[in-house]
Amino acid sequence: MKKSVFLGTVAATTVLASMAMAQEGGATLAQVMERDELNCGVNTGLVGFAAPDANGNWTGFDVAYCRALAAAVLGDPDKVSFVPTTGQTRFTALSSGEVDVLARNSTWTYSRDTDLALDFVGVNYYDGQGFMVSRELGVTSAKELDGATICIQTGTTTELNLADYFRANQMDYTPVNIDSNAEGEQQYMAGACDAYTTDASGLAATRAAFADPESHIILPEIISKEPLGPAVRHGDNNWGDIARWTLNALIAAEEYGVTSRNIEELVRSSTNPEVQRLLGTTDELGAMMGLDAEWARRAILANGNYGEIFAANIGEQTPIGLARGLNAQWTQGGLLYAQPFR
Amino acid sequence: MTDVPAPAHAPFRLSMLVNDRRYRSLTFQVIVFILVMAAGWWLIDNTIRNLALMGKSFDFGFLWSRAGYDISQTPIPYTADDTHLRASVVGLLNTLIVAVLGCIAATVLGVIVGVSRLSKSWLFARLMTVFVEIFRNMPLLLWILIVYAIFTEIMPPPNAYRGDDPAASMIFFDHVALTNRYTSIPTLAMTNDPGSLDLGARITFNWATIAFVVALVGGWFIRRAILSHAQTMQDRTGDRPVTWWKNLAVMTVPSLVLIWVFGLHFEAPSLQGFNFTGGLNVSNSLVALWLALTLYTAAFIAEIVRAGILSVSRGQSEAAFALGLRPNRTMNLVILPQALRVIIPPLISQYLNLTKNSSLAIAVGYMDLRGTLGGTTLNQTGRELEAIVLMMLTYLVLSLIISSGMNVFNARVKLKER
Repeated sequence: MKKSVFLGTVAATTVLASMAMAQEGGATLAQVMERDELNCGVNTGLVGFAAPDANGNWTGFDVAYCRALAAAVLGDPDKVSFVPTTGQTRFTALSSGEVDVLARNSTWTYSRDTDLALDFVGVNYYDGQGFMVSRELGVTSAKELDGATICIQTGTTTELNLADYFRANQMDYTPVNIDSNAEGEQQYMAGACDAYTTDASGLAATRAAFADPESHIILPEIISKEPLGPAVRHGDNNWGDIARWTLNALIAAEEYGVTSRNIEELVRSSTNPEVQRLLGTTDELGAMMGLDAEWARRAILANGNYGEIFAANIGEQTPIGLARGLNAQWTQGGLLYAQPFR
Repeated sequence: MTDVPAPAHAPFRLSMLVNDRRYRSLTFQVIVFILVMAAGWWLIDNTIRNLALMGKSFDFGFLWSRAGYDISQTPIPYTADDTHLRASVVGLLNTLIVAVLGCIAATVLGVIVGVSRLSKSWLFARLMTVFVEIFRNMPLLLWILIVYAIFTEIMPPPNAYRGDDPAASMIFFDHVALTNRYTSIPTLAMTNDPGSLDLGARITFNWATIAFVVALVGGWFIRRAILSHAQTMQDRTGDRPVTWWKNLAVMTVPSLVLIWVFGLHFEAPSLQGFNFTGGLNVSNSLVALWLALTLYTAAFIAEIVRAGILSVSRGQSEAAFALGLRPNRTMNLVILPQALRVIIPPLISQYLNLTKNSSLAIAVGYMDLRGTLGGTTLNQTGRELEAIVLMMLTYLVLSLIISSGMNVFNARVKLKER
């Protein structure tokens, strides 16, 4: 009996030790390949960015990026396991290896890039923090919010921006700390707070889910810069490259007019050398990061290029109704600028 | 008997470590000790190596950097410019507030329910049984959320109090406003403010508060002296002097004088802008957490109290009745003192449970230690390990303080064995 206890202890220790070893392995690409599934950290539910639909399928702007990455690496946009993360759990989930990539409206900041040891691979949405209030409150500017009660998600950059903004304008407020967007929505609708603050895109998405979106307004003040983008763990540069260039491929595809509809035709007939390199008809760009030649083709085919993804999930034709604004291509006066494929 | 060889002479063989009863227990103790040490070493080594792999250090320096976030309930002055350490202390104080309020209310309610469950009234006893079974058998988190939802969904928003014909009106002669964010209650204000005692680190106590505490404690000691004097007189002469008006005077007159000197009065809250100001806004998250913790823990305490009372044999109460004691005096003088020694030890566990359960506060956005140090601070600094270790140590120390305090009380009420 004693012997079996001893052996059991040894076995348990071995299992734990091997789990720790799995942590230490650096090659995320090899792990994803072996698992044949991409673990992607997303929002717990923000319509338009990441939310399960009526059939339980995840859809949204961030979800589309995950699918494109899965298509590029594994050849199938459905080989993704979506891990819902809250504002508090997201970075721990990434650094502990629970997810391979985090596409969850996360702001690229200095301390997250350095101290939290994350690598942001780019910006997929240029955002800024705003306020939403009920129309009947009669407030037209954030400067009129002195003394208000404000709902805010804990563990976000918005929490710090809010404190800074109210101090800078010498106003008082009472924070109501909430854990997730769904809870914030419920508190705001119940009137437990006068205003709800988060990224302006998140406000638009939240408002779109209301029964009467018209009776709520988003105040004109944008109080911060919030460049949102996918992040990977610091240290695995090859995996970071794959994540970065998948995003770049989606953005470049829009710039060069490659869409999910004309891609097959362009593969055969395009004479633009940049498009040929992107689609893998000339040169072997994919091999440089350990993928095949058609990786970008599959990424674009998964949900279309950046513009198609934007239009389908959060664009002006959707209930969320976001204009391209800063998120237009650089050729259209926006900030999107993919590095050259060469 | 003579042919048994003396064991001391037998040569020592390695197998004796397992087979010989004299060495066996020692052998296994050594093995277990080595295994425990090895497991501990492995855990620490694993942590250090993985931290190094992630490029992180183990460093509490973040506690002295600027916190940058605001907290809704601050027992001591706090702004976003203060350090993470101060934010953690604010969180700890918020934990203590809800824990102390919860322990007091749960004890009062628990004792009432526990005693009532033994009531002779059939309906009353059954109602108490239903109370106990409902609150004891559903998860605490659900109760917290239910109570909070009731407050936020049923109470009117502050702006319902606005206008000439408001939809809601304040209660208690326009002194208390129930809203879906907080309960606004009057604060005590003074016309002659004596100023405050500064303890450093922006922690202050108003001299008026100190004066009231001194007056009450002093009054209590004088009352004790009066009572013991009365006892001596009774023992000597057989006549007990009338004490009730003296006791009443020493307990109330100094306080009344202080109220008059400082010009103490209530200041009712009034609606200014978005919210009520002037009064004290007790947030619904605190009330919901406190109520849920109270109801949940009271159900357990009720059972402990009932068990304690039932543990006192029936002969005790029969004897008390035979001596002519009325039922409530029998309970107070005979049964409860004996029941207490059964009640106190499990009661300690319930206090510890309540304190630790208060860390569910984040579910309703109450910023306790888990919400500040283990929530926002952890997230903004990315110091998971340090924050969690610090939080574990804080709860450990808190629990040890509570249980040692209760153990002192237990030593006083337990059966004196001589």
